[in-house]
Amino acid sequence: MENHESEHAGHGSPAGGGGTSSRFLNCDETIERLYVYLDGELTEDRRQEIQRHLDLCGPCVSAFGFEAELRRVIANRCKDHVPPDLIDRVANALRDEHSRAD
Amino acid sequence: MADQAEFTELAMEYMPALYTAALRMTRNPSDAEDLVQETYLKAYRAFGGFQEGTNLKAWLYRILTNTFINTYRAKKRRPEITDVEDVEDLYLYRHLGADRPAGLGRSAEEEALERVTDTEVKEAIESLPESFRIAVLLADVEGFSYKEIAEITDVPIGTVMSRIHRGRKALQKALFEFGSARGLVAAADDGR
Repeated sequence: MENHESEHAGHGSPAGGGGTSSRFLNCDETIERLYVYLDGELTEDRRQEIQRHLDLCGPCVSAFGFEAELRRVIANRCKDHVPPDLIDRVANALRDEHSRAD
Repeated sequence: MADQAEFTELAMEYMPALYTAALRMTRNPSDAEDLVQETYLKAYRAFGGFQEGTNLKAWLYRILTNTFINTYRAKKRRPEITDVEDVEDLYLYRHLGADRPAGLGRSAEEEALERVTDTEVKEAIESLPESFRIAVLLADVEGFSYKEIAEITDVPIGTVMSRIHRGRKALQKALFEFGSARGLVAAADDGR
């Protein structure tokens, strides 16, 4: 982050100011929570902390967008066709198992 | 108690997903087919004890994963590498040159992702050590939650998170290396 530190939001966040219970996260703290956020595994309060940072920080929004896109690419590129004879093979094996049990 | 006759009807629809997972785990079509068949047979036999209302897909994955670990891993002669190196956050994003002021519209980095091939993604996943490969596969390809993955793989949630997060970063590095090998990265730098 060093080379565009100044563009990011969240530096010099008010110490003790604001009066809200949650803090304003800086970029490093936001990126650290990126996966848990994208995985939808944060509590609502924690999710909002990230959201507040993203509302003000273009570079983090780009990074999050890239990671989300990467996730889609991985899921979409990772499909295989089931060999047609495997379906028959399994169906037959289950049928044999069933008649053996009778 | 669930009825075994129902099993075929309910469980067959998960075969494409289970076969994909089996293929990534075994890295070999013939072993993957055997693993899927064994999974269905074991599930069929155990289906009487399956609690209705629990997640059938996760239950099938649990059987698949355990069968893989107990059967196919035992067949390997050499112990596999069990850890990944620590890779920095946003590895791929930064190495594609994105850590600079953003332009307008769709970024060159995201376009570079579009050029990643199926084979590269599959090989990158298969290059991960087993426990990381399984965690990333279950999270990113199958979309299971941390809690479901913890149940499927029988490890604590903290371990699941660590494997997914570190595995993803190692996956990014592998993708970058495969991409570099065929000029994908140079393409992403065009027009800067």
